[in-house]
Amino acid sequence: MSMKSRLNTMRVAPYVFVAPFLVAFVCFYLYPIATTILMSFQNVVPGQTSFIGLTNYGNIINSDFWDALRVGLIYTVLTIAILVPVPIVFAVLLNSGSRRLNTVHRAMFFLPSLVSVVVAGTVFRLMFASTDKAVVNGVLKMVGINPVDWLLGGAAQAMFLMVFLATWRWLGVNLIYFISGLQAIPEELYEAAEIDGANPLQRFFRITLPLLKPTIVFVTTISIFGGFAMFEESYIFWQGLSPNNVGLTMVGLLYKRGFQQGDLGMASTYGLVLMIIVFTLSLAQLKLFGFFRKED
Amino acid sequence: MAGTHSRFRPLWLVKYPLLFGTALMFLFPIFALIMATFKTGRDLMRYGITFQTLIPETFDFKNYGYLIDGKDGIYLTWYKNSLILTVFQTGLSLFFSSLVGYGLGAYRFIGRNFLFVLVLFVMLVPLQILILPLYSMMIDIGGMDTYWGALLPFLVSPFAIFFFRQYAVGIPKDYLDAGRVDGLNEYSIFFRITAPLMAPAFGAMAILTSQQAWNSFLWPLIVMRTSQMLTLPIGLNSLLTPYGNNYNMLISGAAMASLPLIVVFFFFQKYFMSGLTTGGIKG
Repeated sequence: MSMKSRLNTMRVAPYVFVAPFLVAFVCFYLYPIATTILMSFQNVVPGQTSFIGLTNYGNIINSDFWDALRVGLIYTVLTIAILVPVPIVFAVLLNSGSRRLNTVHRAMFFLPSLVSVVVAGTVFRLMFASTDKAVVNGVLKMVGINPVDWLLGGAAQAMFLMVFLATWRWLGVNLIYFISGLQAIPEELYEAAEIDGANPLQRFFRITLPLLKPTIVFVTTISIFGGFAMFEESYIFWQGLSPNNVGLTMVGLLYKRGFQQGDLGMASTYGLVLMIIVFTLSLAQLKLFGFFRKED
Repeated sequence: MAGTHSRFRPLWLVKYPLLFGTALMFLFPIFALIMATFKTGRDLMRYGITFQTLIPETFDFKNYGYLIDGKDGIYLTWYKNSLILTVFQTGLSLFFSSLVGYGLGAYRFIGRNFLFVLVLFVMLVPLQILILPLYSMMIDIGGMDTYWGALLPFLVSPFAIFFFRQYAVGIPKDYLDAGRVDGLNEYSIFFRITAPLMAPAFGAMAILTSQQAWNSFLWPLIVMRTSQMLTLPIGLNSLLTPYGNNYNMLISGAAMASLPLIVVFFFFQKYFMSGLTTGGIKG
């Protein structure tokens, strides 16, 4: 059998089809993960890399680390607290009524997600400029609040900026997820509930929410993931150098140690810590929601 | 009949104004961006975007001129770089990922389940933690500051594989067997029979991948070193500094960088939605 015809058999062909993934997996995932683990035990200096055991791990806990962890945690909690319930309500509202109006609204909410984070950052800097005339401070002035220095004013202002930006960019995307989740709920359930005399609020809490659970789990999982792995939203505001670390995230810390300070060993250790945090939280959250229970 | 109407109308009167008001607020930054492109960089620097001067008294197109001749026309170079990278990343990633997705979805073979679990696992690894070793690797193989270096880690997309796999599972095996009876080999079956059947999946993934490639930030930020090689987001970012910005070029550049995706969105809205939802989560 020639090489060519052997490649054509049904037994061999699937391996040819999946080969690109295998190559990519080994080169761009397995090898980098292994290198990260290795570098976390090393002091990486060009030309004289040395094995230093657990020293990097001993040095993990410092003020930068706590700052990054705090920013990541608060950011993740706040984005989940906003970007799960609000899109659910909007999705319910947009799932009935005029089809055409709903499509228009859906598109309006979705549009910001098309804009790159750099473009969004540029506009937000101008809207949140520290003068009392700029849009946001102008609104505050009307209700009698003094102008705020959003970019450099402190931790709360910085967090507000980042969460606001995330809400603007991601609400429309989550809205699509929830609308598609709602459309999978059989109409008959609502009809039956209506016959039984359930009011709209009861129908929402007894039918919509429980049946939307898979989507809620999914959106929460990607939010945990995105929250702790956040980097760009902070980088475009402070270029990695925020006053008092108000915008420092775990990835920001990794970037700072690795690329701005050239300490690849320590940065790798932070990378692994981040991976462990994200994995643990995602799994804990999935377990909390009973995702591993066999329901069917 | 009349009952249903009288019960739902009042809700509409609350619902749509509420939604429309909120949606307008969501569009405000985009509108403000477009209006700001017609103002001088000095005014933007000094006042930011304000309600009083939201719509400029005179529309000044000078900022758009900077895009063509500012800094020796570097903006057009960034635009070209972004276009090249987006086209190649989308094309190659769709090609490789559809092959893998089809292989996983249409064949039964030893190791299939293991590979599928591996794909799912990879989807859970944040790329951000791999940038350090990937960066060292790029230095070793000479990929820094090159197009191929910016593309290499993204040629196979785990999410696209997953998406194509879900699609391929649903293709009736009879179609493939019919091809075999006609004497097509396994690869011709993919190109002549399966790929055309997967056209909607290609559409959805083309949109999603090009959107990600066009707006890609972290990896090009690390790989691209010289001004001539920067992509749009990185180039624009280089005009941003914490304490004062070159708004002349930045503001018009930001608007023009957003234009292609918004245009594509209006023509292919359906594919944007299905790329996000099909094959993903099931109730």
